[in-house]
Amino acid sequence: MDTIVLLAIYFARRGDMYIRPIPGLEAVNDAIGRATEMGRPILYISGLSGISDIATIAAMLILGHLAKRTAAYETPIIVPCNDPLVMTAEREIVHQAYIEAGKPDAYEPQNIFYITDSQFGYTSAVDGIMVREKPAANFFMGYFFAEALILAETGNMTGAIQIAGTDADTQLPFFITACDYTLMGEELYAAGAYLSRNPLLVAQLKGQDIGKIVLVAGLLAGVALATLANYIAPDIFDRFQSWFQIHN
Amino acid sequence: MRLQIPIAIGFLAGFFMLVQFFVPHQFFQQSYLELFDWVKIIGAFALVLGLGSLFRTHIDKIRNRRPDHIYSFVTLISFAVMFVFGIVYGVKPHTSFDWLFKNVQTPLEATVFSLLAFFMASAAYRTFRARSVEATLLLTVAVIVMLGRVPISDYVSFVDFHEASEWIMSVPGMAAKRGILLGVALGVVATALRILLGIERSHLGGGGGGSS
Repeated sequence: MDTIVLLAIYFARRGDMYIRPIPGLEAVNDAIGRATEMGRPILYISGLSGISDIATIAAMLILGHLAKRTAAYETPIIVPCNDPLVMTAEREIVHQAYIEAGKPDAYEPQNIFYITDSQFGYTSAVDGIMVREKPAANFFMGYFFAEALILAETGNMTGAIQIAGTDADTQLPFFITACDYTLMGEELYAAGAYLSRNPLLVAQLKGQDIGKIVLVAGLLAGVALATLANYIAPDIFDRFQSWFQIHN
Repeated sequence: MRLQIPIAIGFLAGFFMLVQFFVPHQFFQQSYLELFDWVKIIGAFALVLGLGSLFRTHIDKIRNRRPDHIYSFVTLISFAVMFVFGIVYGVKPHTSFDWLFKNVQTPLEATVFSLLAFFMASAAYRTFRARSVEATLLLTVAVIVMLGRVPISDYVSFVDFHEASEWIMSVPGMAAKRGILLGVALGVVATALRILLGIERSHLGGGGGGSS
């Protein structure tokens, strides 16, 4: 799978690549525009799973691209964190985004702050921020647990436009229910590349798609072969199947 | 240079983690544990930064008399009380700190968690209004699954809700879940490669990943 992704990156240098539109990411500009027009901030939550989780890293990559756009309009972005390491990294990311947007003076480090690592303590604090500050747009990106629906429903009640993205399959239904747009599973990982429009990163998305086609083809071939072998030569089927079994 | 060094460190650390996962040699396992200790030490320093941020945020709110700054007083006083009890009496079971944790913190967290039931009801009401084909389908499936999970469905003779519910969960539900998980796995691999190879640099504050 790594080879497919690397090959796609290699071929990307040859020209433009088409990527299918993702409505949740197309709506990012609308959300920023709405916040700017209303003179209200944007709230960004990067999950509760800590910096060692790849979903949090994906969320931080999205934050970088988002902050560059909010910096251009000088729209405040509030980032409450439940992990001090994530807070430190996100401060650097947002600061750099403001520098790149040519608005270093608009950067406010106090808008990216640590609350607590307690799950529901954090949830109630963020709910309080939503109710008091009334952000025009809420972004929930990363890995979430039981707090997903509490956060999304509170945001829904405040009337904010909400864009969520998570690879937590158990929380996806809640986000789909309570948010305007939801990035499902792999779309969270594609978001950074999608927002950047960098050819190399877009090529990686292509690599993912090709990888999926290969996986599906492999699954279909496996099902067909297993079905046939079961009728024609069960011994060969058993031997073939044993290649994929884990023996303790 | 400001970007190259972090990218090189990221690549070496990531590559090492990849190798140690597949090589059970003692050197790799020991080094892995050593690196984990480093992570804990960095985490401890970061906690100081986190607390600094917490104090600054709330002190600023109080100083500027921002709306609802009374809650900042509550936060700072609660922190001070827990800190003093923790330092003076320790944090072991049957201490004042432990009593406060069990009788204040835990019930408060349970209260917020229990709000989930009400949020679930309001979200379900909004979603299950059968205004489109998808919403109707969702409503139908949800009703079958819910009825399959409660004893009252035993009294319904014309449909086996238990079996229908199990079929929905283990066939179409599981298929969709596995599809999502396959996509996530591919996304994780691709993102890890992007970071290891230094193609994605925005997490380093380098504006990698191109312009927006």
